[in-house]
Amino acid sequence: MKNFDLIEAGNGAADALRLLGTNPAARFIAGGTNLVDLMKYGIENPDTLLDISRLTMTQIEKTATGLRIGALARNSDVAANELVGKQFPLLSEALLAGASPQLRNMATMGGNLMQRTRCHYFYDISTPCNKRAPGSGCGAIGGYNRTHAILGTEPASAATTIQCIATNPSDMNVALSALDAVVQVQGPNGTRSIPLIDFHRLPGNTPQRDTVLEANELITAIDLPMPKMVGKSHYLKVRDRASYAFALVSVAARLAVENGIITEARIALGGVAHKPWRLPDVEQQMVGKQATETTFREAARQLLAGAKPHEHNAFKIELAESAIVRALQTVAAK
Amino acid sequence: MVNQASASPITTSASAPQAGKRSITLKINRKNYKLEVEPRETVLDVLRERLDLTGSKKGCDHGQCGACTVHIDGRTANACLLLAVMQQGREITTIEGVAPSKNDLHPLQTAFLVHDGFQCGFCTPGQIMSGVAVLRDGHADSPDEIREWMSGNICRCGAYAGIVDAIESVQKGGKRA
Repeated sequence: MKNFDLIEAGNGAADALRLLGTNPAARFIAGGTNLVDLMKYGIENPDTLLDISRLTMTQIEKTATGLRIGALARNSDVAANELVGKQFPLLSEALLAGASPQLRNMATMGGNLMQRTRCHYFYDISTPCNKRAPGSGCGAIGGYNRTHAILGTEPASAATTIQCIATNPSDMNVALSALDAVVQVQGPNGTRSIPLIDFHRLPGNTPQRDTVLEANELITAIDLPMPKMVGKSHYLKVRDRASYAFALVSVAARLAVENGIITEARIALGGVAHKPWRLPDVEQQMVGKQATETTFREAARQLLAGAKPHEHNAFKIELAESAIVRALQTVAAK
Repeated sequence: MVNQASASPITTSASAPQAGKRSITLKINRKNYKLEVEPRETVLDVLRERLDLTGSKKGCDHGQCGACTVHIDGRTANACLLLAVMQQGREITTIEGVAPSKNDLHPLQTAFLVHDGFQCGFCTPGQIMSGVAVLRDGHADSPDEIREWMSGNICRCGAYAGIVDAIESVQKGGKRA
């Protein structure tokens, strides 16, 4: 790892942003589980790190509309939190399905939002990668792409080619997507709120950008709104081994059902795209239909209708469809 | 370190800030250590290369294998991904600090011996640090639960059956083990 300077931010988000203003190329570090790893590979090479790990944005508190979770709350603390477990068990389930106990103890909520969308070609600096080195090409397209994206990989225009087929590896992000979470962000000109569904990007012509967060902004909190309809949820993760592996496919499902009729539905998919994959139109079409396998199969078919597999990952289409049906059946049976 | 850095293929640019050593104090196994470190030095490297605390092992050096597992304020963490300069004021516990005294083993250390919880022993310090946390945090109620909560520690010899047995035996035996 090349050497760098480290500056400790001590006085809240404003102080961290002030330090960033005087060191615009600096990177924030909190848990460091993704950034330090990438710095060891020489993939990230910041000259300055701003240590925000001592900031007090670790709260998990009730708000008028739901829950607010501080950006620096640890993944393990959020997963074990009573309020989260009672009101948003989907988030607890997804957090506990991710990484290892050690990494969850270190990783923060903001850091998990910001972990790189990536694949093994991104890690291998001897291969081309449009995300790591824009314009260099993609090792995965035409390479070994079993774990890669099947949705959202269309080029930005007819004149360009597909740039990146990596998937976002976070389980947490998939649950947050299904929970209509909102990311609270602070920048030099004030604050803004970004719906989770818009926070992560499709690669388009700028695959080096995973999110819409600007370089001069800091995530301060994640808001979870209480759903309109009381419902049940389930996180289903399919992977190559029983624990501590990225998802091949995952499903965060939430259903509200009254007298057998669906009144609200949310389905977010992981492991299939550059960002958590949701199609609100498909969810809307489920409302008013019976909570039965026929409805679930139709929703699954529509969610995967636009899939464009690569040489080694066509299996993900049927796997995702089956996982969606299984997850929704599990919710309906609760 | 400075000489090594200048010989490294990844060189810092001319505009890079001065990133010299800084004085820090780390509290490890209830003892304070004053030392000078570069910001890039990990807790694992400081433990092994500076303080002769070589119980924590360097396996993958990327947070994947768990051989470097230590406790930070009582919670497991991968020492290979922690920057030492960020750990001041934290209670760091390594495998050298889990036994109650010089002449006694931690009950889980004894259980690893009794249940053949290792072959080559390289992953064992990390396994025991995770196992101690699994027992303390109440995640050892069944073999399945133990396996899930131990999944951040890889054993290349495949001593998993003995590792799970050892943890389960301490859980069933209470604090005596």
